[in-house]
Parts: sequence; C-alpha cells; structure tokens
Amino acid sequence: MNIKAKLVDKDGIERMITRIAHEILEKNKGSKNLVLIGMRTRGEFIARRLQKKIKEIEGVDIPLGVLDVTLYRDDFRTRLKQPQVSVSDITFDINEKDIILVDDVLYTGRTVRSALNALMDFGRPSTIQLCILVDRGHRELPIRADFVGKNIPTSLNEEIKLKVEEYDGEDAIYLVEAEKK
Amino acid sequence: MSLSSRHLLGLQGVPKEDIQLILDTATTFREVLERPIKRVPTLQGKTIVNLFYESSTRTRISFELAEKRLSADAINFAVSTSSVNKGESLKDTVRNIEAMKVDMVVIRHSAAGTPLMLTKLCDANIINAGDGIHEHPTQALLDMYSIREKLGRLEGLKVCIVGDIAHSRVALSNIFGLKTMGAKVSVCGPSTMIPKYIQELGVDVIYNIDEAIQESDVLNVLRIQLERKAREYFPSIREYVKYFGITSERLERNKKDILILHPGPINRGVELSSDVADGPYQIILQQVTNGVAVRMAVLYLLGTLN
Repeated sequence: MNIKAKLVDKDGIERMITRIAHEILEKNKGSKNLVLIGMRTRGEFIARRLQKKIKEIEGVDIPLGVLDVTLYRDDFRTRLKQPQVSVSDITFDINEKDIILVDDVLYTGRTVRSALNALMDFGRPSTIQLCILVDRGHRELPIRADFVGKNIPTSLNEEIKLKVEEYDGEDAIYLVEAEKK
Repeated sequence: MSLSSRHLLGLQGVPKEDIQLILDTATTFREVLERPIKRVPTLQGKTIVNLFYESSTRTRISFELAEKRLSADAINFAVSTSSVNKGESLKDTVRNIEAMKVDMVVIRHSAAGTPLMLTKLCDANIINAGDGIHEHPTQALLDMYSIREKLGRLEGLKVCIVGDIAHSRVALSNIFGLKTMGAKVSVCGPSTMIPKYIQELGVDVIYNIDEAIQESDVLNVLRIQLERKAREYFPSIREYVKYFGITSERLERNKKDILILHPGPINRGVELSSDVADGPYQIILQQVTNGVAVRMAVLYLLGTLN
C-alpha cells in the first residue's frame, strides 16, 4: 500500500460520526422507527458507533443488523478471485422501518445496489437512507448518499482506505495509490 | 478462496481446505434458508440439469431446491420419461443436453464412475449425486456439516458407520471426508457386509454394536438396502434387528450421550427403532435441512469459478 496522504485522523472520524448521528436524528425527527444496517466489514463497525452515539444523544438503543452482500454481486463472471461469503445477521423485522444503511466508502455504487436488492429480500422497509463516511465519486449507477462524512474527489488511479480501530487497529482515512490490476 | 477442482466427483483425495471451505460456505446459505425470501440471485443465468438415472426423493428435491434458491435455471430429467427408453446411450444423451448449453450437470447413476466419464464428454461442471456403490459426496458433506453444527468440530471425534458398508456409497464418502477432517472412523455391521480390505482406508472394524455405541461420539446409521438384495447377507431381518438394530433400550444400556445420523429413507424397526428415529439423539431432519444449504454451497463454489 503506497500511502499518498493521511486525510482524516481518529478525532476527525469521531466528529464525523457525531455530526452524522445528529443529522440522522434531525432528518428522521428522532429515533423512533429507525434501524441501522451495517455492511460487512467496516460498515458494521461504523454502524455500531452510530448506534452508541444515538444512545448517548437520545438514550435509545436502536436495532442493528449486519448485511453481507456477496451473494448479490454482479461481478462473479469478471472477478478473478472468488469472494468469500459470510453471514448476514438481521434478527429483527425490517418491514415498515426506516433503515439507515451504513458503509465506509461510496465509489461506483454497485455494492449499494446489491445491498438494496438484498434488503428487499428481507422485507419492505418504508425508507432506506444511505450513510457513508467517504464519497470518492466515479458513480456508475444513479445512487447518492443521504449522509456523508466527507466528500473526497479522487482520480481513478487513487484509492481511499478507511480504517477502523475494531478491525484494522487504527482509525484513519488514507489516500493511497491504486494497486495495479 | 476457491475450490481446487471444477467438479465434485467424490471426497477421495479432496483436500481438507476444500471441505472446510464448502462447510463454511454452507453456513452462509443456512442463514439464507431462515429468511422470509429464501432466494439469492447468485447463479442467475446459469442452467443446471439434474440427470437422475436412479430413483431419489431427498437428493433430487434437495438439489432442485438448492438450484432454485440460487436463482439458477433447473431442468429435471427422469429416465422413465426420456429417450433413454428408446435406447439412447448416456453419452449421446449428455452430448445432446450439452448442445443446449448447460453450465452444470448433477448426475446420479447406478454405475460407479459415471460422473468421471461425463467430465471427459462435456465441458459442464459435474456434480456426483451418487454413483453406484462408489461415492455420494454431498451426503457425506451434509453429514459432516450436521455433526460440526451439533458438536462444534470434526477433528478427534469418534464416528462409527453402522450397517451395510460394502454396498454403501454414503459410507465410502463419509470415510474419505471424515478421515481428511481428522475424525476417527470405525465401521460396524454383519461381517458379510464389511468389505475385506476396509482397514486399508484407515478405519477400525467393530462387529459388536454395543461396543460401537460405547466407543463412539457419533453413529451414522445406514439404511439396509433391501432393494439391493441385502437379505442375502444375513439370515433374517429379525436377526439383523437383534444384533445391529439401534433401539432406545440398547442406547440406554450402553451410554447416555450420542449423536445419531441417518441418510434416509429409514426402515423403521430395522436399522433404527421408531422411538430412536423420533427420539432426542437423532438429527435426521436437521440433516435434510442442512442438505439444501450444503448443496447450495457446492453449486455456488463450482458455479462461480472462472
């Protein structure tokens, strides 16, 4: 990994999550009917922090689920490596709920497209709102985020690496050179 | 992570990592089966033919469900209503089906080695759903999945396969798979039903069922295949039941805790008494549920290989 710059540090990510938690509550007029769905892998940990933050603000524990979208991907035929599948863990009913779908980086939008399909298989939520920490542009599908931590316009030979303490051992957002395909 | 072969012909020689990958992947599909909509779009656009030259309920329905739940197009072929009746050879049947552009073939046949032959005849991925008295790999995989789900591991477990070992493809696949995964395998049955050189596969032979129960953590009880002339190997069914039938009285006499598997269909009152077949030790219906998840895992891993 060839790091070009560290764009956001631990405190920066903490502030983003605090702000987004307030935005979510403002837009939805409280936490009633809200559920969080984190996308494996890092989205799950970001969702957990949002859950904690919302608890601090409103004093309410909102339900949290984890979604694995591997089975819904559209690139099985073009990938060289077979992706490892893991388990989705949504133990509550999502019908008529307002879902906050949480992921780390928004790029082509294809992962979000798979997630939307996957969620529809679990039920019919009343709304799905997308929350991401970094929007790096280059969308290939008509998808936009409702809550954004930071817009970071990138070139195609750059990548964003978002790291979370729980999984990577540190909280940071890096701009790195893209790995050669 | 992907499988090292593009076919599943048997478990002989299949590396531990492959079996591990299939069992781990099956956990994902087990979760899909609990959802309100039990369907994922993973194999959309793939065509799979189920070629069953031998009768089957569980395996065929299980494969068909697995295919449908992965959104593949499944085609069933039953010998009784096909051109096989007009004398078409297997080779021609397969070539014709392949000409219709199928991606995978699931085959059950009474002749051992048929799936291997198919790999040389066509380009599709071949999955063995039972070939003669050779192998039945998906059954062994679902048995291993069920044991692992219940007891948390396979390594070091003592598993005894009971019944007609000589004519059982389930037994052979179980032996290969369980040995690879580090379990200690033994077989138990009338001496006429134990193949002569079975010890060469690294299994112990136990002739006394009470000893087998005492020694083992898991019993995988096979069906006495009355249609395969099983009666020629012991004097009477009553005698088989007396010496090898698993009854709750026998279980209580020997031990308190044991896990009982059976690949179905059960001959109630023969290899298992009715109260054992419905009792607290068995996981026969869980095996059936897990069978769909394990077959989904195999289809997924083979069908999405490049």
